[in-house]
Amino acid sequence: MPDQRLPSSPGFWRSPVRGPWFTSVLGVVLLGGITLMFVTGLVSYAAYNPDLSPVNDTTPDKGLLGFYLFSWPSGPVWLYRLTQGVHVTLGVTLVPVLLAKLWSVVPRLFALPPARSVAHALERVSLLLLVGGALFEFTTGVLNIQLDYIFPGSFYPLHFYGAWVFFAAFVAHAVLKTPAAVRNLRRMRAGEPEAAAEGGMGVEEGDELVSPDPAEPTVSRRGALGLVGGGSALLLVTTAGQSLDGPLRETALLAPHGGGEPGSGPGGFQVNKTAAYAGIDPRETGGEVWRLVLTGRTGQVRLSRADLLQLPLHSSALPIACVEGWSTSNQWWRGVRLRDLAALVGHDDPVDVLVESVQRHGAFRRAALRANQVGDPLSLLALFVNGEDLTPDHGYPARVIMPAAPGVLNTKWVGRMTFGDLR
Amino acid sequence: MIPRSLLPDRFTLGSPLQLLLLACSFALAGYAGVRLLAGGDTWWQVVLWFVGVALLHDLVLLPLYSAADRALIGAAGRRRSYVMYVRVPAVLSGLLLLVWFPLISGRVAERYLLATGRSADGFLARWLLITAVLFAGSALLLVRRLRRATKQRPPVVH
Repeated sequence: MPDQRLPSSPGFWRSPVRGPWFTSVLGVVLLGGITLMFVTGLVSYAAYNPDLSPVNDTTPDKGLLGFYLFSWPSGPVWLYRLTQGVHVTLGVTLVPVLLAKLWSVVPRLFALPPARSVAHALERVSLLLLVGGALFEFTTGVLNIQLDYIFPGSFYPLHFYGAWVFFAAFVAHAVLKTPAAVRNLRRMRAGEPEAAAEGGMGVEEGDELVSPDPAEPTVSRRGALGLVGGGSALLLVTTAGQSLDGPLRETALLAPHGGGEPGSGPGGFQVNKTAAYAGIDPRETGGEVWRLVLTGRTGQVRLSRADLLQLPLHSSALPIACVEGWSTSNQWWRGVRLRDLAALVGHDDPVDVLVESVQRHGAFRRAALRANQVGDPLSLLALFVNGEDLTPDHGYPARVIMPAAPGVLNTKWVGRMTFGDLR
Repeated sequence: MIPRSLLPDRFTLGSPLQLLLLACSFALAGYAGVRLLAGGDTWWQVVLWFVGVALLHDLVLLPLYSAADRALIGAAGRRRSYVMYVRVPAVLSGLLLLVWFPLISGRVAERYLLATGRSADGFLARWLLITAVLFAGSALLLVRRLRRATKQRPPVVH
């Protein structure tokens, strides 16, 4: 008889909730949820157009891991708002499911013998990548959206390469376990009582999770699952609002860009990096000093803000959608079309552009835009938002705003635009 | 001398399909892993994080909340059916704290204000209020249940 005080003894684990049904339900939820998160995560990387220019690429050593990259489209205008909103909101929502899943299988961590076969030994090593990878991805993601940059290095490579390490283990785990999980759920749905299914033969996958000496229950399995679902629902309703506006944003009580707006009036919508944070000196952006330098096939043109106002002005209704998962609804921007600026320096056909901010330090003060983005009639060098001059925090004197792209590519405080093939 | 419990009865190779799958998985993880370790400040810090979060969860967080739950069940004594009335609001409040700890604790308040132009003061207050509402709601449900139980109980016959 093994010592029940040791976690390696099955009798140490006494919760009557553990068992194949509980683990299988959570596993199937994570199978769908994490797959969707992985796909939306890869999509987000593609949305930066990293293969266009090194300034857009935070993981230049990706090798074959960027095999799927494609030219990011410039529509529909809400595209990145949707994909990244799903990525972040779903991630926050799945935290209780992940924790419950890990709780449900923790007896296996201590199970002896440590390995029954070579394959089993390797599977347990793979579980370190699976569990460590899942927690690493969730932790770095949750910290990053709260601006808590305590992880060792830049967020992008950690989260991107970490995702691939995790996903490698996740696929192996899913292939090995999904058939048993689905069998378990079918068996339960077919009306087999849980007790018979779990206490019985001990041949089905997950049966060893059932405590041989269960404590008196304080909650049913359904009740426990309800608690996990309730936790997810609470996180969802207190987070999702940061992708919406008005009273709905107020419902995101604890999300970083929920609650309220940073101010009122035309510029009173969410800001990713303020002018103060970016170190923008108001003397550099004033009317006397600031000039936009356009470079292209026919040479260089320098324009003041007054010069820009003489050019044909157009309006676009476009959202701001951040990699951190929050977004605003459409704002009404007014400015000069990017393709008109390209034409000023000799590019009548849409062409790539490198946009540089007057910001001197910090990530993404330069961004490369692809020809399809430059050519889109909705893409502007905006001078006004919601009928007023841009505020300093929204990029005065001029900022890029284009449809469907991640917020950081909409460069603020633009100083220089270089048109031409970037590759 | 290795204890018998650590040794399987018969050590075999295991399923060849499983071996192939795991080898493939390790190869891909290795391909991404060398890039992961090259990207951080120092590679050992990334390893520490990767392994550390797993250990922190399995050996600290999980035992802690399990112990708290056992203490709760112990304190409930014979009234085990009341445990959920404490467990549910505690779990929900704890989850919110776990996920939004940097904002609630105020540890990023300065950067948050500078970056977003908004004060981080409200997060702690909002979390406390949500917690209060959760426990108050649970208490109301418990009171209702106790009242109903009192009404349904047959009068004591002397």
